[in-house]
Amino acid sequence: MNAATPAKYAGKISGEPTVKCLRPTPYAALAGLLIAGCSAPAPHTGTAAKGTADAGQSSPASRRLITEEQYLNTIAHMFGPDIEVIAQFAPMQRTDGLLGVGATQAGVPAGQMVKFQRAARQVAAQVVSSGNVALHIPSRQDALIPCKPADATAADDACARMFLAGTARLLYRRPVAQERVDQFVAEAAKAATLSHNFYTGLGMVLEGMLLSPDVLFITDRTEPDPARPGQLRLDAYSYASRLSLLLWNSFPDDRVLKAAESGELATAKGRKRVVEMMLASPRLEEGMRAFFDDMLAFDSFASLSKDPAAYPGETGITLTAAREQTLRTIYYLLVTKNLDYRDLFTSRTMLMSPILGTVYGVPTAPGWQPYTFPADSPRVGLLTQISFLAVNAHPARSSATRRGKALRELLLCQHVPLPPPNVDFSALEDPNSAAKTARDRLDVHRKNPVCAGCHRITDPIGLALENFDGAGQYRAAEKGVAIDASGSLDGQAFRDPAGLGQALHDHPSLPSCLVRRAYGYAIGSPLKESDTEILAQFTQQFAASGYRFRDLLQTIALSPAFYQVTPAARATTKEANAKTQSPAE
Amino acid sequence: MKHVNRRRVLKGMLDGTAVTLALPLLNLFLNGNGNALANGEQIPLRFGTWIWGLGMNDVIFTPKKTGANFDLPEEIASLAPVQKHINLFTRFNTFKDAAPLMCHHTGWVILRTGMAPSLQQVRPGETIDVTVAKKIGSTTRFPIISATATGDVRHSYSYESENSVNAPEFSPVGFYRNLFGADYQDPNAAEFKPDTNVMVRKSVLSGVLDETKSLQRAAGAEDRARLDEYFSSLRDLERQFDLQLTKPEPRAACTKVAEIKSEPSAGIDTVQVAQRHKVMTQLMAMALACDQTRVFNMSYAGETAATTKAGYDKPHHTATHEEVTDPILGYQPEVSWYTRRAMESWGEFVSILASVKEGDGTLLDHSLVYAMSDISYAKIHSLDNIPMFTAGTAGGRIKTGLHLQGNGDPGTRLGYTLMKVLGLDIPSWGTLSNTTSKEISEILV
Repeated sequence: MNAATPAKYAGKISGEPTVKCLRPTPYAALAGLLIAGCSAPAPHTGTAAKGTADAGQSSPASRRLITEEQYLNTIAHMFGPDIEVIAQFAPMQRTDGLLGVGATQAGVPAGQMVKFQRAARQVAAQVVSSGNVALHIPSRQDALIPCKPADATAADDACARMFLAGTARLLYRRPVAQERVDQFVAEAAKAATLSHNFYTGLGMVLEGMLLSPDVLFITDRTEPDPARPGQLRLDAYSYASRLSLLLWNSFPDDRVLKAAESGELATAKGRKRVVEMMLASPRLEEGMRAFFDDMLAFDSFASLSKDPAAYPGETGITLTAAREQTLRTIYYLLVTKNLDYRDLFTSRTMLMSPILGTVYGVPTAPGWQPYTFPADSPRVGLLTQISFLAVNAHPARSSATRRGKALRELLLCQHVPLPPPNVDFSALEDPNSAAKTARDRLDVHRKNPVCAGCHRITDPIGLALENFDGAGQYRAAEKGVAIDASGSLDGQAFRDPAGLGQALHDHPSLPSCLVRRAYGYAIGSPLKESDTEILAQFTQQFAASGYRFRDLLQTIALSPAFYQVTPAARATTKEANAKTQSPAE
Repeated sequence: MKHVNRRRVLKGMLDGTAVTLALPLLNLFLNGNGNALANGEQIPLRFGTWIWGLGMNDVIFTPKKTGANFDLPEEIASLAPVQKHINLFTRFNTFKDAAPLMCHHTGWVILRTGMAPSLQQVRPGETIDVTVAKKIGSTTRFPIISATATGDVRHSYSYESENSVNAPEFSPVGFYRNLFGADYQDPNAAEFKPDTNVMVRKSVLSGVLDETKSLQRAAGAEDRARLDEYFSSLRDLERQFDLQLTKPEPRAACTKVAEIKSEPSAGIDTVQVAQRHKVMTQLMAMALACDQTRVFNMSYAGETAATTKAGYDKPHHTATHEEVTDPILGYQPEVSWYTRRAMESWGEFVSILASVKEGDGTLLDHSLVYAMSDISYAKIHSLDNIPMFTAGTAGGRIKTGLHLQGNGDPGTRLGYTLMKVLGLDIPSWGTLSNTTSKEISEILV
């Protein structure tokens, strides 16, 4: 099996430029080196579409495995946020920079199926719960079951059908064939008879639904595209699912499904109305949090800890709050305030909580409130938030290399090569060395020709953040020596962390990288060379909007590439079978 | 005539109806010789893996003496109490051939799959535990259980395929809940009452299987494998429902496990890792004794082991690259400190399995554990001489207490030998230079 994989994976990573040994270079010269093939606006050559009629204007149909967050969001939206589920699903493999793209390849081994089943049981038991006053368990039957059985100790097909058909429509994200609903009702009746409990019957069938491959895999189903004879587009329900995963990180709700059923999503006007409605929904916050959490590789927080001897104030609670702070700040600045995306890296405003106020040393109000650091504060932008600083550091010390690498890879979509396997770093620990600061120590790398290539592209960035220790706390000196935070980012010099934030703000790859990540996240597939043109178009439109993230989401969601699809090997049109109804045109 | 065991008889008696059966608590768990269960079935054979990161310091790890009664240099001195239960394998190599050396990835992938990975991003194919589970793990509640002492769910060394990872249990509380929570059937319980809900679940599952079949028929070739696996996993769930409907065989070695109610503190300090490792190993051992699984994986570290030492600013991996080799000692002292902690946990792992009495021996006697690191000399990511161990006699099939040297032979010889011992009919294992069809006969009884 492994023998067949190199070409496949080589293709996947080819879209992200590997940063080679570079000397500081002005942006103009770098444009071709660093972002070629990735996200730089490319001239229209007319050759990108070679091989297909509209390469770059379509995306592959895919089959994504539901993520834990999508599962939990969907359950919360359907049955209420108080449904408690311990899921612990297997994490996805980060692919093309995103866990969300890894979902396109993830399988379900037996151990994962057990976890799906356990989660399904927890959900079903709570949805049909009659409650227990003594144990303070609320009854949910009355709220979630839209009818009352004639006899709660026996089957009631009519009431069961009402609940199961409606629930199946939302979980399967499309109307379910009458024949399958009949099966659900029959199974519920059988279970109710055996258990002498109507609600137990419903719960058992709900459990089964939550194990269906039609539910746990989000499969793109296609249909002939009337506007492009011989080619395909997503059917309306799959388009609705793509939209919902992108904007809400959840399944479509009743309104979106109705738009699919009515044929509204088959029209440009209809799509625009639905996308605007979804962008205005409070659920957008969950969608945005999921995207940025993925893009910033914040999954590392799940196991992040700091050495209490080195950083006694940096507890698990603090780190959790730091992750939350960044996600809330992003939403606040980009949606609530509708700022330029690039301002994330220069804004002095962050959301602050009492826990973090203690760590940052600033006054706070209860809950999460915006706080703007004064003009002379070193806290400027996302790079100086505790989340970025702590997660890209060692447990007991900072790491200029990790921070530089993270900035390159996560925010500029560049790929920093792995270190060569046979490098001896021990000069870093030479007991006779006069090195006091990270800059002094890392100078060893930059003088070693084997190391210099990579460290020259990571360290000048990371060293600019050395004013913040491994826990993200400000420090002016290390071992008694004043920290020199000056450096340059691809030719733009700076003197301090604020300057680095400004250099990043001005870097042409910053917005184009966001576009690349957002589009890959939207279609749930690794990007290809043929996507260069569409990425360039998105980037141009993003710039024209003043780099407003909501506008970028809308651009992608309404683009032909988002709903025009190619019949990837992993999905076929045949699945639009008799079990599902076609949407009205 | 088919073998009729207790489980089969009771299932027949149920015939789809809820009944309560009061079985006498057996004082005849075993046959007269103590080497088989009362119904004549042999005490099951188990297979496990254990992994630690970043190899060893050869000068203080590798014994001077080979064969029995080998010396225990200071880096493995803590293994003295379990020396009689283990074998140590040194001077075996792994070969990347034309593939690049991917630091902490290449070595363990070779030793667990027989193949050198071509890229860091490429996940391994089927790992040895999965291969073995197909042979010996199909009758228990869990075909495989995996756990990591790091607290990080991403640290897995068990793969069904390139796209399908067996995620490890990373939380002791969650591990307890999954093994001994609501779905656990005590094999020694006096009463057995099949749950009618399980019967219903099984019935409902048949509809889900039909849905999966429908998708399978329509899927493209590449996607078909994912759906085939999905279907297979549903079948496994169905098999678990069947198990829940039948009275399990009593297991004398199975005792009640104290509930784990709180998590150890989060972190990867060696003390925290050791605590997590111990608690999870104890749970794992009892899961084996209670026949919840017969294949198990435990990892002490993730790739690029980041274990930390209180008061020392370099995690294990960083220290391997940055710490100067002491000119007098001839090794990196702090790196060795980390390795010694790993070896202590390895020794504890073996001890815990050996502490569970089973039949005329111990759980370890009916097990075969395959342990390895990812590299040998971490400073330069050397693939030559990656240290390996085995523990347990596999029911008397393996000699123990030996130190064997491979003289540069493929390290895959050990995995191949173990699979043969476990009854797998494989003519060879591995690819390119890692291919072997030669068992390590010195350990075979």
